[in-house]
Parts: sequence; structure tokens; C-alpha cells
Amino acid sequence: MEKRFVYVDNAATTPISKEVLDVMMPWLTEGYGNASSIYSKGREAGWALKKAHEDVAAAIGAEPNEIYFTSCGSESDNWALKGAMQTLAKRGKKHIITSVFEHHAILHTCKALEKQGFEVTYLPVYENGIVKPEDVEAAIRPDTGLVSIMFANNEIGTIQPIAEIGKICREHKIWFHTDAVQAMGHVKIDVNELNVDMLSLSGHKIHAQKGVGMLYVRKGVLLPNLIDGGGQERGKRAGTENVAAIMGFAKAMQIANENIEERGAKTKVLRDKLIDNILKIEKTRLNGDRENRLPGNVNISIEGIEGESLLLSLDMMGICASSGSACTSGSLDPSHVLLALGLVHEVAHGSLRISLSDETTEEDVDYILEVLPGIVERLRAMSPLWEAMMKGENKKVKMMH
Amino acid sequence: MLYSEKVFDHFSNPRNVGEIEDANGIGEVGNAKCGDIMKMYLKIENGIIVDVKFKTFGCGAAIATSSMATEMIKGKSIDDALKLTNKAVVEALDGLPAVKIHCSVLAEQAVKSALSDYYTRLGVDPLPIVGPIGVVECEE
Repeated sequence: MEKRFVYVDNAATTPISKEVLDVMMPWLTEGYGNASSIYSKGREAGWALKKAHEDVAAAIGAEPNEIYFTSCGSESDNWALKGAMQTLAKRGKKHIITSVFEHHAILHTCKALEKQGFEVTYLPVYENGIVKPEDVEAAIRPDTGLVSIMFANNEIGTIQPIAEIGKICREHKIWFHTDAVQAMGHVKIDVNELNVDMLSLSGHKIHAQKGVGMLYVRKGVLLPNLIDGGGQERGKRAGTENVAAIMGFAKAMQIANENIEERGAKTKVLRDKLIDNILKIEKTRLNGDRENRLPGNVNISIEGIEGESLLLSLDMMGICASSGSACTSGSLDPSHVLLALGLVHEVAHGSLRISLSDETTEEDVDYILEVLPGIVERLRAMSPLWEAMMKGENKKVKMMH
Repeated sequence: MLYSEKVFDHFSNPRNVGEIEDANGIGEVGNAKCGDIMKMYLKIENGIIVDVKFKTFGCGAAIATSSMATEMIKGKSIDDALKLTNKAVVEALDGLPAVKIHCSVLAEQAVKSALSDYYTRLGVDPLPIVGPIGVVECEE
């Protein structure tokens, strides 16, 4: 078997596409003018940024003056939650509804808000990894000001009923934010159809560069300024604009919407081939709903082995993937997402996330399927946990709580 | 995770993996919840560790430290094995990332746990010889 390089960690980041880079290059070279400057070199940049606001707005059905460019998805999430609650507090609102398996940019922001005296309800996501709209409605209190539910989960790829939740929020006159970082390019996003008031996106998940993101803020939703300074982003988020990054991001947004269903259908075939075949390995389980999931997301727990050694072994074979193991998250506990599904710690430690892109080929998938069983076998052969499971010694070991 | 070449070497080609059927000292430390378990098998003859094998469920560092620890005690006397410290294992591997130091602690304890079992089997109280084997918390 010939070793190949297979990048299947597109939920972590994506390579910059050629088309995006081509759009960026002029702004990294001769187009260096400051967009606030009066002369032609500055004006050119200014006009380009105006066009970028229009293009990005069009890509999600918004108005150009509802788009604010930021440095990343986390910045957008922080601004949306902290900013909204600062405004809402003056109206007597102090309660936020979110879910237990949000990205840390949301969860840790909620924790910070709790320290300031705000109250947060964390909704369960059940075994399939999907928030129930009726749970949102049931959690609403007279002082609820904001609901934030992610569009698609970054680890297990489950797609949330955003339009339904948005409708509930609208009926109750509660602001609704969604972190759509993982959904963009895979699921059609229209802020009006979805009834969202704020929406976060990130450039590097859709083949633009790192260091650029966006927050959509519906007209009428008032956020305090994030950065005071010059008049950039209509005075809300000062700082000289990264024109090249923003132009690349706008292009990436446009490409992300092209043939979205056709591309998704193609990726789904590869995803399902991976899922079906990896599940043939004994003592494995798919994490997250099988149907309502991103076309490129595979997340499988492989019992008896630990995620980091699995990733290192895959890396030795040229495959870049990810895991919810504590060892790879940099924290002490395994993935909060997998634990939220009800998985026991030892099973969560042994998870594998494979996230595909349009560039993933059938050969890549076949290569993964050729390599993976041998790696699992080798790691299980040296695992005392697996040995105990096979001998039936460890009666305690079960997959779910 | 910035691992040294030596860690990669011991992870990809671990020494002394497996079990010893007629082992006379077996120790197991760690737990599945924390994500690492080490099981060590010793064959001791006339105070010398003539053979050692291990099985580990855990991250790259857990496998590499187990492998290195077995190399460091194989053919050595019990006294030498008792002197094995986690620090020595870390140094032999050209260092470990800070969050992985607990793996080396586990490796040291796996050796001690197996030696305790050896003495227990002989009807000798291991505590005065081997000393207490602490519990490594996940939080370490």
C-alpha cells in the first residue's frame, strides 16, 4: 500500500482555495492603501470593502449594513453574547438559553456572563445530539433576553432545528443568535427564513484565511461597540481593516453557496461509505444523528483504544484527523460534546472525527478504510482495557451512561 | 502536542509489548475514566528482572513511557528497579510536554505495583520495601 497524504480535519480548518488566494493577492501587494484614506489607493480599498459587505450580506440574505467583519468566529460569538446582554440588562433581561454542547467560544462566554450575575440555562441535546425546540420554549422566562444555539455541531456535525427555534424566539420577542461557523458552505443559510437576529461565521472553515470572521446583526438589535477607535465597521469595531482577508472571505462565501446541494450529495456518499465501513469494526458506534448531520462529518467511538494514540498512528500513515479525547483537547476531560450525548468517559476518549471537504476523493476514503482497521487492531492488542472487555471482566464498561 | 523523536520512536515501535504467562509480579495502575491504564508483567529470578512486558491503554506518551520504563528495568535487580523515578523516564525520552508528565508517574507506579505484587505473592509485606503507591488523579 502506498502511503498518501489525506487531510480530513476540515472541521478544524481548511486550506485557502486557489480562487480565494487569487482574489486576496492584489490586496497583499499593490492594493495596500488604508480604506479610510482619501486618495485613490485608499478609495479603491474602501470600495472593495463596501462590495465585500454587499457580497457577504447577499450570501446569507442580509443587508450590507448588518454585516460586521471581525477577526474570528470566537470574537463574533463573544461580541454577540456579551454585547447583547449588556444592552438587554438595561431592559431588565438577565437570562440566556443555550445548549450544553456549544463551542467553547459560547460556553466559556456564558460562564463569564454568569460571573457577572447573568443566568444561563444549558439545554440537553439527547443521544442524537439535537436540541428540541420545545425545550427552548419551556426554558423561556420573563427575563430571558437571548437564545444562542449553534447551527451545526463542530464535533458530531448534527444540524439543529434553527428555523423552528428562531420562530419561537420571534414569537416571544427574544433575540436569537446562532454560531453557524460549521454550517456555512454545507447548509443553506438565509437569516430571514431562519429568524435569526445574530449569526457568527469564520473564514478559515470555508477555505478563506485564518484571522477573519463575521457577525451578522439584524437591524434593531443594538450591540455596544466592540472596539472604540476609528470609524471602521460603522464605528462598532474599530481598527484598520484587513482588506485582503475580508476580500478572500467574501469570495469564499460566494463559492460556499455555489451548487451547495450537489456538492453536499457528493460528499455524503463518501461520508456514508466511511461510516458504514468503520462501523464494521466491532465495538464501535456512530456519535450523533445519522440523518441530520453535516455531509462531511464522521464521528465514531472505537472502544478499548485512546484517541490520541489513534491520531498519532493515523498521522504516521499520512492521515490528519481529530478526536474528542482529553489528551488531544488540551483539557483534562474528554469532549464535552460526547459526554453530553451520554457517552461514558472511556468511550469518549476513544473517538475519531473525520471531516471531509469537496477535495476529498474516493481514493482518500479507501485509503483510510484500508489503514484504520490495522491501527485499531494494533492498539487494541496492547490495551489492557480491551483485554478486560474481551474477557468480560470489566462489567462496568458500557458505552452510555 | 510537541513530542520528542524518542517519544515517537517508543510510541511507534514500543519495546516489550505483551504479556508474560508465568509472570510472578503483575501490576495495573490508572483507570479508563482518565484515559490511561498501564499493566506491567514481571518475571523475576534471583532478584533480577529477567523479563518484563506491558500493555497500555492511553495516549502516545502513556505508551512511550511504558515502553521506556520496561527497557530501563529489564535485566536489572529489584533494587535498581525500585530506584526508577518518573523523572528518569522523562529524561530518557528527551522530555515530555507538561500535561503528559502524569504518564511518566503512571509508568513508575506500574513498575512499583508489579513489584508489590511480587512481594505479596511471596508472603512479604511490600509496603516497607516498595513504599506506598499513590493514586494518580486525572486532574494531575
